[in-house]
Amino acid sequence: MHLLVCGGTGCRASQSERIAGNLKEEIKNLGLENEAQVVITGCFGFCEKGPIVKIVPDNTFYTQVKPEDCKEIISEHVLKGRKVTRLLYEDPSTKEHISDSKHMGFYQKQIRIALRNCGFINPENIDEYIARDGYAALGKALTEMTPQQVIDQIKKSGLRGRGGGGFPTGLKWEIAAGNKADQKYVVCNADEGDPGAFMDRSILEGDPHSIIEAMAICGYCIGATKGIVYIRAEYPLAIQRLKIAARQCREYGLLGADIMGSGFDFDIELRYGAGAFVCGEETALIHSMEGLRGEPTVKPPFPAQSGYMGKPTNVNNVETFANVPAILLKGAEWFSSIGTEKSKGTKVFALAGKINNVGLIEVPMGTTLREVIFEIGGGIKDGKKFKAVQTGGPSGGCLTEKHLDTPIDFDNLIAAGSMMGSGGMIVMDEDDCMVSVAKFYLEFTVDESCGKCAPCRVGNKRLHEMLEKICSGKGTIEDVEYLKNLGAVIKDTALCGLGQTSPNPVLSTIEHFYDEYKAHVTERICPAGQCKALKLYTILADKCTGCTACSRSCPVGAISGEKRQPHVIDADKCIRCGACYDKCKFTAIHVQ
Amino acid sequence: MFNNVFSVMEKIKITIDKKEIEVAKGTTIYQAAKDNGIHIPTLCYLNLDHLKIENRPGGCRVCVVEVEGRKNLAPSCSTECTNGMVVKTHTVRVLNARKTVLELILSDHPKDCLICSSSGQCDLQKLSQTLGIREIHAVENAAVSTYRKDVSPALKRDMDKCIMCRRCETICNTVQTVGALSAINRGFMSVVAPAFEQDLIDSPCTFCGQCVAVCPTGALTPFDDTGRVIRALSDPTKTVIVQTAPAVRAALGEEFGMEPGTLVTGKMVAALRTLGFDKVFDTDFAADLTIMEEGTELLGRISKFLEGDKNVKLPILTSCCPAWVNFFENNYQDMLDVPSTARSPQQMFGSIAKNYYTQLLGIKREDLVVVSVMPCLAKKYECQREEFKTNGNPDVDFSISTRELASLIKAANIDFNALEDDDYDSPLGESTGAAVIFGATGGVIEAAVRTAYELFTKKKLEKIDFTELRGLEGIRTASIDFNGTMINIGIAHQLGNARKLLDGIRAGLYNFHAIEIMACPGGCIGGAGQPLHHGNSDVIKARFDAIYREDAGKKIRKSHENPYIVKLYEEYLGHPLSEKAHHLLHTHYFEKNKN
Repeated sequence: MHLLVCGGTGCRASQSERIAGNLKEEIKNLGLENEAQVVITGCFGFCEKGPIVKIVPDNTFYTQVKPEDCKEIISEHVLKGRKVTRLLYEDPSTKEHISDSKHMGFYQKQIRIALRNCGFINPENIDEYIARDGYAALGKALTEMTPQQVIDQIKKSGLRGRGGGGFPTGLKWEIAAGNKADQKYVVCNADEGDPGAFMDRSILEGDPHSIIEAMAICGYCIGATKGIVYIRAEYPLAIQRLKIAARQCREYGLLGADIMGSGFDFDIELRYGAGAFVCGEETALIHSMEGLRGEPTVKPPFPAQSGYMGKPTNVNNVETFANVPAILLKGAEWFSSIGTEKSKGTKVFALAGKINNVGLIEVPMGTTLREVIFEIGGGIKDGKKFKAVQTGGPSGGCLTEKHLDTPIDFDNLIAAGSMMGSGGMIVMDEDDCMVSVAKFYLEFTVDESCGKCAPCRVGNKRLHEMLEKICSGKGTIEDVEYLKNLGAVIKDTALCGLGQTSPNPVLSTIEHFYDEYKAHVTERICPAGQCKALKLYTILADKCTGCTACSRSCPVGAISGEKRQPHVIDADKCIRCGACYDKCKFTAIHVQ
Repeated sequence: MFNNVFSVMEKIKITIDKKEIEVAKGTTIYQAAKDNGIHIPTLCYLNLDHLKIENRPGGCRVCVVEVEGRKNLAPSCSTECTNGMVVKTHTVRVLNARKTVLELILSDHPKDCLICSSSGQCDLQKLSQTLGIREIHAVENAAVSTYRKDVSPALKRDMDKCIMCRRCETICNTVQTVGALSAINRGFMSVVAPAFEQDLIDSPCTFCGQCVAVCPTGALTPFDDTGRVIRALSDPTKTVIVQTAPAVRAALGEEFGMEPGTLVTGKMVAALRTLGFDKVFDTDFAADLTIMEEGTELLGRISKFLEGDKNVKLPILTSCCPAWVNFFENNYQDMLDVPSTARSPQQMFGSIAKNYYTQLLGIKREDLVVVSVMPCLAKKYECQREEFKTNGNPDVDFSISTRELASLIKAANIDFNALEDDDYDSPLGESTGAAVIFGATGGVIEAAVRTAYELFTKKKLEKIDFTELRGLEGIRTASIDFNGTMINIGIAHQLGNARKLLDGIRAGLYNFHAIEIMACPGGCIGGAGQPLHHGNSDVIKARFDAIYREDAGKKIRKSHENPYIVKLYEEYLGHPLSEKAHHLLHTHYFEKNKN
């Protein structure tokens, strides 16, 4: 019997390590070391219900486990074979307890390929990876296939880049393979910069070997002996796991010279990002590795032709690589049987926002937004109404109710005015102000712009200022038109993907939520009630007793009135802090 | 990518603005357009092809064009033509984009054109006029990126006006390899500055001023000394004399609408006299003097070497370029006894003026104001170096640039084009052809060779023109036959090339006897005080040719044959490298630790 404890960062923050420790201690106390073993694994994905403890082989899935529950789990489940019912997942509609995760609404529609090992193995143990067919794909490639045959399989599978660009991976490898040079490089882009995104982090923390294996296969295909993982410094656990994995590989001869006796040399090194979102752009990433300022350069030339140190370089995202070993082992036909016509396979999404089941999911391309949000995601939290879903992070757009039946794939999302991006999916409800959402994303891109090209450096700043003006109640309808034109020109002229997509949140919210913008500028109200500056605080004269509690609490002296006379708030001075509302004992303060 | 290299390669066809043209494969859209008379505006792209200097960040996004089949607009400077490409350079979509981008740049730019020293020369101002910008859309109190201002003796930095074209960064780092400027900060506040936003005076800056020469706005400008000229000329107690560098006469005319390469020596003298200078002398006189001193020094070292002296320092390095001297003091402190100890012509002139000429006039040195007109900004720094002062009084009081002289002439309402040619005054105004070629790369060493040859071989030079020393390639070498003894010469212009030569010398790789270094592209004619070339290297080539034309037209073309120089030695200095000459005309160098 194995007790798998989720070691993903979310569950770790909820003391999953202590849980693992307590379980081990209880096993020892009851002398059950020969019957039961505790394994810390990668992310199970059901972050909303963490910390997760899964018992195998009976597949009992315990949720929201606390360190105090460990004694009971061991004494009841392990020793006596009796499940601890109160820790089982309760279906919100049927109220039934569900023991096996495959019956849960969250998991039923998921197919985990990139996440195949997350939640199953100890990522710090190479033997567990090998036991689940790890490095078999590399072995097959090195001993049974030529580089071109491997490339053909990847091409046939239809795998497209999972970092956001969606470029056909097999074709990218083929181009790099075709360029002659004395040294080539395989680069894994592990800079995952989208705010709130943690798809790549989970793969790196939960299954680092899948990346190493894929990079080695790629090196074999394109003729590179060196691999570099560019990983953001904000992922210390992933860095640690990669280092352990690489060390174990070298000990086993799976990295280094003459891998598996094939004559193929390959090894990897790590390089750290230093807090720049723009360094997720492949040319900026390469320049960062070269010790230069992390700024993108014009493409062409593309990295496959001239990349790191001017040599042919293949850059792929973590999730793209994670799919490669599975494709080689199970075949291109299998992979291309999943998904839509132009987007094959699955996609990992980080589901967040006003949704019941927050977590990490992997679904076949073609799954609809409705299925993801309402079946897998369990619907909107607190019974509120769905308003929009933001896909693609700061580069994407907002999709509305009328898009809910869109099958998710690269081209459909672009046609709908958004993009897949790297997999961030933020769900919004009626209390979210779409103008504020656009402003939030622009705050991010203004901060992260490298500053090289004028449209992004100055243009995004101006877009942001204009949105601030609108959210503070000082905007006009002409300002909204200005946002549209400026946003379109920035998209048309910016040098790199950051600037080319940063206006998307503004443009898509203007398109789909024009009425909300109009309300902000012509009526000066925020329909969602989120923009503080547009809240109107007034005193109901019939309820006001003139006790002066509010005027005394006002930090800017906006409230005036005689004692025992109804007081009045000066809307121009009012900073909408809400202090008066909190102080009034007569509910005489009305907030609009 | 240097487009002229591709002229022998495969040809492809593109359509640009409905015109079908043939271009070499690898040509960019921008270059293809330029070669066919279609002007695409730009702010950051710079290609001085005669000098192999290119800046191409693709960042201003002003040169964008429509390319059929491409979703977004393409930066024409960085997009190569492909066979069958259809390009449109001035559609409504493109114009809207260019205007919007320019508006954005202007929204973060000070609006003080009226008093900005770049007004009338500013590429940003010109583009704004061309595109008809009348309004800048932005919120009230829109954010602007502002920075501390930095004033150095030679140039001023006002980075509020920086548009991040990166030309200064490229020229300082890649071309000059000085490394004083690079991009700092991220996003809206990004700017080009010295490390830790130091002032230039504390940085490795050599004051070559090439950053000023390429800056498209008023962010980097020369230090303005015209006020000092007016004050000096207005002071009745002072005798104010002026010396003019060779490179000025080949470029001053450009400021008055003349073709680049027009020699305006006579008009320049006339204008200076009209402005009110008591005497108009020529730095070229002092250049002949420099040749006497440095040529003798060179021969001295060569003779010792040929006699078997193992300790003698060869090659001898020319030392008349102050930016080069700064570069040397920063980077080659272990070799400070290698350059010639001769001062630059500007400084030799100042020293002779304040010691010898004051004697002739019977006035105190404090009552003589020596002004120089230079193509150079580093000369402003050079004249205030402590070692060139006596009791706090500088040998050269201050230096103005070619452009500052032009602005004085315009302010004084002098019709330059209508001036009658005038001659320099004596005794400090007569010079040879050898002196005038100081203005071009290779000129100093050719002048030195003309004199050294005759002194060494005691024979008359048959052929005065040493064409093997001429040209615009960054590093050139030649061996001159001194009647059986081969003298090896190395020449470099642009400090990056100087570094290559110096690193090689330090490593003991070469056997040069003499090396000439100029910091500026093309030599002094490409100096930062000259009229702006706006990215057209044909201007520099034209000035270069003009210098050699002036030399060819002179009766006396070897420095040692200048009768006034001969007289100066007879009457005052004695002989080259005499004690007096050492005291007045030579210097030593300092360790600077700024790299």
